[in-house]
Parts: sequence; structure tokens; C-alpha cells
Amino acid sequence: MIPAIRVEQATKCYGSVQALAGVDLEVDQGEFFGLLGPNGAGKTTLISALAGLVRASSGRLAVMGHDVVADYRAARRSLGVVPQELVFDPFFSVRETLELQSGYFGIRNNGAWIDEILAELDLAAKANANMRALSGGMKRRVLVAQALVHRPPVIVLDEPTAGVDVELRQGLWQFIRRLNRDGHTIVLTTHYLEEAESLCGRIAMLKAGRIVALDTTANLLSRATTHALRIRLEAPATLPAELEASVVSREGVKLTLKFDRFDEVGVLLDRLRSAGARIEDMEVGKPDLEDVFVDVMRAA
Amino acid sequence: MTMFSSAFKTLLYKETLRFWKVSFQTVAAPVLTSLLYLLIFSHALEAHVRVYESVSYTAFLVPGLVMMSLLQNAFANTSSSLIQSKVTGNIIFVLLPPLSYREFFAAYVLAAMLRGLVVGLGVWLVTLWMVDLQYAHPLWIVAFALLGGAILAALGVIAGIWADKFDQLAAFQNFIIMPLTFLSGVFYSIHTLPPFWQAVSHVNPVFYMIDGFRYGFFGQSDVSPWVSLAIVGFCFILLSSLTLALLARGYKLRG
Repeated sequence: MIPAIRVEQATKCYGSVQALAGVDLEVDQGEFFGLLGPNGAGKTTLISALAGLVRASSGRLAVMGHDVVADYRAARRSLGVVPQELVFDPFFSVRETLELQSGYFGIRNNGAWIDEILAELDLAAKANANMRALSGGMKRRVLVAQALVHRPPVIVLDEPTAGVDVELRQGLWQFIRRLNRDGHTIVLTTHYLEEAESLCGRIAMLKAGRIVALDTTANLLSRATTHALRIRLEAPATLPAELEASVVSREGVKLTLKFDRFDEVGVLLDRLRSAGARIEDMEVGKPDLEDVFVDVMRAA
Repeated sequence: MTMFSSAFKTLLYKETLRFWKVSFQTVAAPVLTSLLYLLIFSHALEAHVRVYESVSYTAFLVPGLVMMSLLQNAFANTSSSLIQSKVTGNIIFVLLPPLSYREFFAAYVLAAMLRGLVVGLGVWLVTLWMVDLQYAHPLWIVAFALLGGAILAALGVIAGIWADKFDQLAAFQNFIIMPLTFLSGVFYSIHTLPPFWQAVSHVNPVFYMIDGFRYGFFGQSDVSPWVSLAIVGFCFILLSSLTLALLARGYKLRG
């Protein structure tokens, strides 16, 4: 099967700055794929190169088998992009915006699908409102609607939930999950790592324009060996030096200690008791994607 | 097929709708400005200036004002649309779809020509009651209106994609477009100028647009209309080629 996205040795230089430094990536059709990395890692540049918004300095990129330069029309028809910036055209209403976007992709009489998207994104009541009159969250929803208006098989969401309230976020993910179940390939960039952990089947981590980790979410999570022991003390206590080495964070009576093997928990608790600390509450935390992300970025 | 794809038609429609939605500002205001020019200049100079025999100064002025409005508004449409889209970021809505750079060029230029023609027609209509115009060669009128509008629209595309900020575009407009249009014989015949300024006028392409356009009305001009047509046609090819080359490279649009 043709991959939804294929990137071969993509580089992009802005003067002396290398935004992409030889990226190789394949995303299969139907995947829910995460693209993670710190600011400036090259996520948006990679997405922009796929969408034709920037031109890669070298390498090849294809969407659904269509080269983004040589066969740009087919590549762009196959791709829907939700941009990171909250952009809109102040001259038009929500419905006009979506009708124009349909026309750009060669679709006429797209009213039924536009109505469905508006209903799904809870925008039906604002269909005839000017874009300027919408709140930030609603403008974000219109951007999602614009990316979906031509029913692209591949949908790229560049930090779609930045600044979006919890209710909308949940509704949006419900809708995107449904699109994924219907066969759409989803590529997501986000700084909310818990979102990526719960949604993405596979994840690539970028740093300085390179992919530094690429695996299934489950495999990435299994890489982390360090667990967290979160403790709340009855009163602040002075900890012995051998315990301080295990402290990840400390905030008043709240302590987070790290450990690799569960048999180390007893030792940590003994040392706390020896120091005269009385434990009020305690929990053991599993490693999450954030731990993996931090480890990968440190190691890269 | 590509020139008339749905994407092209939609962009043309959107660009037309964009200026039409604010027609008070984009059509009515420049028509009023031209009417004020006509009222003031004709009142001040009608009795003192006669450029062509059998043509009153007010009648001489009208084609110049029509063409000046047409040119300035064709430029304003492409340049303002592009700079606004770039600054606000919504330019991506026309960069993401499967539009070729030729379609992009054609849609922006045609919509700008349409605005220029609508404003030009508006100026012509509101000045009809003041003068009794002649229409010696209507085809020349149409030819110069279309070519002049296309040239300034293309120049607007260049300015719009070159400028990163509104003040850069304002500088382009104030230091290039305004002098070119005001020093082109809109208000006078260049034969009334000293030799140096006559020579300067002859390197101003807008002079040929206005002179040729005026020839269509009165059958009289400062230079042969064929010379004007050749120069204006050459400018159109040159500027269109330059604009298309910039768009093909993605200059300041596609990183």
C-alpha cells in the first residue's frame, strides 16, 4: 500500500540555519501519527514542506504517492492542513470561507458536507457570522473545518488545541478520532504530550531538524525505566544526602522521588522514616510520554 | 484547462467579492476623489488652458482622470489584498490549494482590472453631466484601459509580494505609483512642459497609457497611438513575465 506520507532525506536551510537536516519518514495510511519536538525542532517546517508552503532545499516528499513538487495538484488535494496560527479572512462569513475553500479544491455544491462539518464542530449557529465576530476557539474550529472541506485522505493538525478550552478539545478529538476510524490518516503535532500519548499509535520526535526517535507509542513508553514515587509529608523534613540524589522535585511537603526497580521503594521509605519524616500520602506513578520525551531530548 | 480551473474561478470570485464587499471604500471613494479633482481643476483652469483645438480643458481632463483612477485602483487591489493576506497570515488559504502560479497571477490581475474598470466607469459616469465627450476611436479606449489596468495590477502583485509591512507598500505607492500617474499628462499636455520634463515624461510608461487612452476619445494625442500601444504592450509583457517569474519561484510566498 502506498504510504500516506513519504519523506526522503528532506533538508531545509534558511541561510545558515538548518531547519530540516535530512529527515526520512513514512506514515502509513490510516495511522494516527504524532510529530513531537521542542520549539524550533522543525515540525512546522516539515508540515509546510509537505503542504507546499515552503520548498525543501533537497530531498523528496510525497503525499499519497504524489510528489509535492512534480505532482503538486494531486498532493495538495490529498492533504488538509490545520495551521498553527489563528488565521482568518475578515472579509467573509464562516460559510463563505468554507465555500471558497471548497471551490479552491474544485468542489462545487459542497453544502451538505459543509453543513455536516459545521454541525460536528458546533459551528452551525455561527455559519453566517463574519469571521471577525468569532471567539478564538471558534476561529480554531473554522480552521479545522477548512482543512476538512475537500475530504482529504491525509489530515495534518499543527497544534490544533493550543489555547482551546477543555470542552472543545474533547469534542475536537472525538471528531478527529472518528475521521481516523473512517480511514483518514492523521498527523498531529502538539505540545500536550498526554494528548499524543492517548491518541497516536506511532510517534516521531524531532530535534534540531532530525528525527531522534521513531516508534510506536507503546514501544516508546516501554523505553522509560524510571518510575516516580510521589509523597506528601505531614510536615517539612530535612532529608539525608543519600535520599537527596533521588529527589526529582520538591515543593513544601510534596516530594517526587525517582526509582528504576520496585524493590528500591522499600529502601527509599526506610530512609525517609530514618530521617524522621512522616508520610501522609503516597502514590507510585508510571512513566509517561513526557518522561520519555525528556529522556530522548536529553540524549539526542 | 488549467487557466479556467475551479480553483482559478474561485480565486477570481473571491478577489472580486473582497473589493465589492467594501465598495464604498474601493469604488465610491476614488470616484468622489476624481470628481473633486475635476471640479477644482476645471473651475480653476477652464478659462486659461486649452490643450487641443475644439476640446475644452474639462473634456481633456476627464479621460485622464478616468485612466488615472483605473490605474491606481488596479494597483491598489492586488497590492492591498496580498499585503493584508501576508500580514494576517490568511495567504495560506490560497497557497494550500492546487492552484498553479499562472492561475494565481491571472485571478489577482483580472480581479484588479475589474476594480479599475468599475472605478473608471464610475468616474466617467459622474462626469458625463459636466462635459460633452467625443468617442473618436472606442477600440483604442478599450485597448488602453485593459492594458493599463493589467500592467498596474501586475505591478501591484509585485509590490504586494515584495512588501513585508504596510509602510513598505505605502512607500511603493507614494514614491513610485503616485509620481508616475501624476506626472503622466493627466492634467496637462506634455507639450506645455519645458524640454527636460518632456524628456522625463517620455520615459514614464503611464504617459503612454493616458495619451493613448485620450486618443481614443479625441483622435488627438501627444505621440502616435501606435507608439503608445507598442510601449504599453511591451511594458505589459515585461511586467507580467517578471511577476510570473517571481510567483514561479515562490518569492516571499513559499519560503
